[in-house]
Amino acid sequence: MSNRSPWFWLFLSPVVLSLLLVVVVPFVYGFIFSFTDWNGLVANSFVGFQNYVQLFQEAEFLNSIWFTVKFAVVTVLLLNAMGLGLALLVTRSIRSNNWLRTIFFMPNLIGGLILGFIWQFIFINVFSDIGNRIGSEALQGWLSTTSTGFWGLVILTAWQMAGYIMIIYIAYLENIPKELIEAAKIDGASSVQRFKNITFPLVAPAFTVSMFLTLSMGFKIYDQNLSLTNGGPFNSTQMVAMEIVRTAFSDNEMAYAQAKAVIFFLIVAVIALTQVFYNKKREVEM
Amino acid sequence: MGRSKERRNLLGLEVFGIILGLVWLAPFYLMIVNAFKTKREIFSGVLGLPEMFTIENFIQAFEELTFLKSLFNSILISTLSIAVIILFSSMAAYALNRNKSKLSGVFFFVFVAAMLIPFQSVMIPLISMFGSVNMLNAPGLIFMYLGFGCSLSIFLYHGALTGIPKALDEAAIIDGANRFQLFWYVIFPLLKPISVTVAILNVIWIWNDYLLPSLVLGESNATIPLKMFYFFGQYTKQWHLALAGLSIAVIPVIIFYFFAQKQIINGVSEGAVK
Repeated sequence: MSNRSPWFWLFLSPVVLSLLLVVVVPFVYGFIFSFTDWNGLVANSFVGFQNYVQLFQEAEFLNSIWFTVKFAVVTVLLLNAMGLGLALLVTRSIRSNNWLRTIFFMPNLIGGLILGFIWQFIFINVFSDIGNRIGSEALQGWLSTTSTGFWGLVILTAWQMAGYIMIIYIAYLENIPKELIEAAKIDGASSVQRFKNITFPLVAPAFTVSMFLTLSMGFKIYDQNLSLTNGGPFNSTQMVAMEIVRTAFSDNEMAYAQAKAVIFFLIVAVIALTQVFYNKKREVEM
Repeated sequence: MGRSKERRNLLGLEVFGIILGLVWLAPFYLMIVNAFKTKREIFSGVLGLPEMFTIENFIQAFEELTFLKSLFNSILISTLSIAVIILFSSMAAYALNRNKSKLSGVFFFVFVAAMLIPFQSVMIPLISMFGSVNMLNAPGLIFMYLGFGCSLSIFLYHGALTGIPKALDEAAIIDGANRFQLFWYVIFPLLKPISVTVAILNVIWIWNDYLLPSLVLGESNATIPLKMFYFFGQYTKQWHLALAGLSIAVIPVIIFYFFAQKQIINGVSEGAVK
C-alpha cells in the first residue's frame, strides 16, 4: 500500500482521528494552557512560568510527589521480589501449581476501586478485630495515620499486582532450557548455585521489564488511592495523580492543574525513556 | 538418597503454596462472609461464619446499585469499545505494516510514543474539548477509549502481521479482491489469536476504569465502578450493605475469569513481554 493509495489513508483514518482528538491535541493544548490563566473555558492572558513557579512552592504538591516516589520505590522492590518468588513456586512440579497461578493472578482482574473498598474493610475492621483478640495495639487505627495509610496502599498494591509480575517471570522462567538445569544438577550444582548461575542471569531481562512496568504503574496509581485512603488523613497519603484531579475538578484551577500534569508527564516519560535506553543497550550487548 | 529428599522438599513447597493461596483468597472470604451478616453481627466479629445467612443485604444492594442497569451499561461500553479498537487498530496496523515508507514509520512512532503520555496529562483539555461539542456521553467515551487503546493494540497487531507473508496479499489481489476484501477475508481471520489478546488486555482496563467514565458519563449511564463509588459513598460504614454490593460487583469478573482463564493469562503474558 503506497502513500498515494486511498486504501492506506482509509485504513488509517479512524485511529489517526481518535488519537489526534483524544491524545495529541489535548496534550498540546494542555501544554500551552499551562502557561496561561485558563479556567477550563477561556484563557485571558499568558502568565509565563507563574504556574510552574507556584507548584514548586506548594507544600501539598511536593508532598504528593515525595509520597508517590516513596510508594513507587517500595512497591517496585516488593512486587518484583514477590512476583519472582511466586513464579519460582508455581513453576516447580507441585500438584497445585495451576490452581495457585489462577488464585495469585485473580486480584488483577478486579478494578483498583473495588479492591480498595474491600481492603478498607480489612484494614479498619478485620485488623482491629484481630488486634483485640491477640491484644496488639499495632493493628488498631489503620488508615488513620500517614504511615498506616502508606503501608495499606503498599499491601493492597502488592496483593493486587504480584500475580501480574508473576506471569511475566513465568514467561521467562519457562524459556530456560530444562537440559541446562539437568546438566548442572548432574555436575553437582546445588539448588542455590543453579539459581545464582543459571536461573537468575536468564531471568534478568524480566527484571528490567517488570521493574519499569511496576515503576510507572506505581507513579500512575489513582483508583486504589481514592478508594482506600481518599488521600487522608489531611491529604497526607495523596499521590500525584489524585492531587492533579483534585486541583482540577475540586479546586477548579485548570491551568494550574495542567502545569502539574505537565510535570507528571515529564516524570513518567523519563522513566519510560530510561527503560527504552536500557533495553537498546542490552540488545546490543546480546 | 537425593530423590526422597527432593520429594520431601516438594511436599513442603506444596503445603506452603496452599497456605499462601488461602492467604491470597482471604480478602474475598472476608468480603463474602461479612456480606451475609447483619450490621450488629459485623460489629461483634468479622472473622467467623455468619450465624444465619441473611440475603437481605444482597437484595438491598442489588436494588440500590440498579445492578442490571449498571451491568448493561458496563457490557455495552466495554463491548463496543473493544469492537472498534479491534477493527480499527488491526486495519491501521495492516496499512502501516504493508507500507514501508518513511511516513508509515513516522505514524508508527507517533502511536507508540503516545503510550508514554499518562491520562492525567491530557485529561483536563480532553474533557473541556469534548464538553464544548456535547460529546460527554457514551459514544464520546467509546471514541476516547479508541484513542487511548489503539496504541498498544496497533503495536501488537503490527508485530503479528510481520509473520503473515505478503504472498497472501498478492494472491488475493490477483484473484480480484480489493484491499478491504483482502483484509477482511484473508488477513483478519489470521489475526484471531492476537485479536483475543488485544480484546483481553483492553477489557481488563476498560471494564474497571473509574476516572474517565466519572468525568464523562452522568449518573443515569453509570457503569459498575461508577455506581459502586456512589453507592459506597452513600453507605459508608454500613459494611453489611457495602460488602454485599462489592460482592455483587465482583461476580461478573469472576465468571469471566472462570471461562476464559487460559486466554486471559496467555494474553496478559504476551502483552507484557512484548
